[in-house]
Amino acid sequence: MAKAQDEIRQGAVEASLPDTPPPASAAVDALPAEIVSDSLASYLRTRAARIRSGDSGALPVLLGLVVIAVAFQIWTQGLFLSPGNLVNLFIESMVFMTLGMAEIFVLLLGEIDLAAGYVLAVGAGIAAILVQKPGFDWPWWLAIIVALVCCGLTGAVWGTLVSRLHLPSFVVTLAGLLIMWGVMLVILGNAGAVSIASPILVNQHVLYEIVNGNIPPLAGWVVLALVVVLFGGVLWARDAGRRRRGLVAPPPGLTAIKIALFALSGIVVVLICDANRGSATSVVDGVPWVVPIVFIVLLLWVMLLQRTQFGRYVYAIGGNSDAARRAGISLAKVRTWAFVLCSVTAGFAGILYLSWQGGTSTNVNGGQYVLYGVAAAVIGGTSLFGGRGKIAQAVIGGLVIGAIYNGLYLQGVQVQWQLIATGSVLVAAVLIDTVSRRGTLSGSSTRI
Amino acid sequence: MSSDLGDGPLAQSTGLELGATAVAGSGTALLQMRGVDKHFGPVQALYQVDLDLPSGQVTALCGDNGAGKSVLTRCIAGIHQPDRGEILWEGKPVHITGPRAASELGIEVVYQDLALADNLDIVQNMFLGRERVRRGLLDEDSMERSAAETLASLRVTTVRSIRQPVASLSGGQRQAVAVAKAVMWNSKLVLLDEPTAALGVVQTRMVLDLVKTLKDHGLGVMLITHNLNDIFEVADRLAILHLGRKVAEGPASEFDRQSVVEYMTTGRSER
Repeated sequence: MAKAQDEIRQGAVEASLPDTPPPASAAVDALPAEIVSDSLASYLRTRAARIRSGDSGALPVLLGLVVIAVAFQIWTQGLFLSPGNLVNLFIESMVFMTLGMAEIFVLLLGEIDLAAGYVLAVGAGIAAILVQKPGFDWPWWLAIIVALVCCGLTGAVWGTLVSRLHLPSFVVTLAGLLIMWGVMLVILGNAGAVSIASPILVNQHVLYEIVNGNIPPLAGWVVLALVVVLFGGVLWARDAGRRRRGLVAPPPGLTAIKIALFALSGIVVVLICDANRGSATSVVDGVPWVVPIVFIVLLLWVMLLQRTQFGRYVYAIGGNSDAARRAGISLAKVRTWAFVLCSVTAGFAGILYLSWQGGTSTNVNGGQYVLYGVAAAVIGGTSLFGGRGKIAQAVIGGLVIGAIYNGLYLQGVQVQWQLIATGSVLVAAVLIDTVSRRGTLSGSSTRI
Repeated sequence: MSSDLGDGPLAQSTGLELGATAVAGSGTALLQMRGVDKHFGPVQALYQVDLDLPSGQVTALCGDNGAGKSVLTRCIAGIHQPDRGEILWEGKPVHITGPRAASELGIEVVYQDLALADNLDIVQNMFLGRERVRRGLLDEDSMERSAAETLASLRVTTVRSIRQPVASLSGGQRQAVAVAKAVMWNSKLVLLDEPTAALGVVQTRMVLDLVKTLKDHGLGVMLITHNLNDIFEVADRLAILHLGRKVAEGPASEFDRQSVVEYMTTGRSER
């Protein structure tokens, strides 16, 4: 028996009972590549086999991003990949990424939040109004907190209606979309626009600097080095520890590659942001503050969803709500909190929007934003049917949306074509999700 | 109306049965049902059912569709409360008020649909709802180790990795995970609802071996089934329900296929 135990711990056990071992190709389809492999070489082989069989994970999205970049680079005659424009793209994408993260909380449950776009607008409006002088003239941090709490409360309302009264989230949040649209108009009043771009008023200036202020280049490198060392150290220690204790862990080479890729993308971002994107006389360089801020939010939400009971329950409910209920999980509580977290994150996206635009107005198109948010999540690989997805997927999805948005804008494409292009991408993403779901069910791997 | 009619005979039979138990003396039945009635509106689902579930033995509960197997199971699981009669746990009367209460006593039910979340891996499923937490974060290492130990003790060694999603498991393996999930909480009685219904020959073999392993560990097992092969393969005892009444109960050696089928279909046997 001790031997059997050892075998299980090794993570790769040959069939010792007369159970039909699944055919090799099916096993490759169903198991994460890390598990099927015990060395980097076998990981790469498994990975390649999965790609050949149609299941290629994040690869198509990354390839899509490259195609979009190359196409726009040619179309805009080299403007698209210039450092100045790439920083713009990052900043625009931050709003989409954050909204995507917000949506993932509810998408994982198999629900949807259509109100998030106007919750963004209301969050931006509240924060903007609270730092006006004459007016409330509250400290910037209090304005942010109050805006986020108000947004969270709206999420609690949608969540309660969905989880306690069993109303469909689509309808509840569609109503929420209209309500929050109205609330935004009420908050912004007759003027219809609020600015926070005053360089003299400290509380407005801090909010403005979140997106428009930059970390000095040298400080940017120091921060990056610290983050890479910390992230790499924690990841390496965890994986090495698990390998040592005989628990399931990826091969050392894979851990090293993960850390290297993380460091590499950090270096690329800092390099791009540190190039002078102003003029010879007025230098503008450095990583915008919003980049590390969104990274921290991302880390927090990854921890919450992957490492806490709440996160586990979100996945369990999305996967099989019946099983979750029988396990004694309070579905209503988890669902309500997911809507609260979605709305808080959407409110945070509102703060970013406010900072980016230097103000907010009744022109904020919350209906369009929420669809961009859902699209970011779905393009990244989060399923609309619940149970499948990761917070980090919003990052790459947000970049895709940001790239399309930015490139079309750069080329002076009229707004109607931007809408059509983005809508088509959303349809394509949902199509991929549906086809891949059907593919896994029927066994024919059509996941793209 | 049925409750009025039920009153008289119930009191009578309860007295008789208690006497019988006392005579049996060392009857170490883990769980005993005495004169349990359950009706839903005018439908009498269980009628004065007595049942013993001893530990270290597999009791097969058989009966045709609508015989009351599910209702009886749910009464033990705490989902339904009996209208009359009592349930004794280790000799003491208990009220099983809900699934939680059942778990606290040491009763676990593996339903036919297994209640596994396909998107979670084996460890995550086995600890679902009872995760170990350290400093606010899930203690994955300790949970993985315990899950591996439980699976090893049940001799479930065909899974490639306990970190693979349940969606990638075969039917028998899924059943094994569901059973492992049930027994890892120091449970004493496991109710298995049609565990082999959807399985092929090899997978069925694996699940029946698992049932024998549970028995060897001293657990009481109730196997709800109408598969005669399963019954005679693993059951030590048999209880047969017919239209809400228990029509036969005893050691499996006292039955043969013919008599079981007769009891299940007509409620009587000529033999």
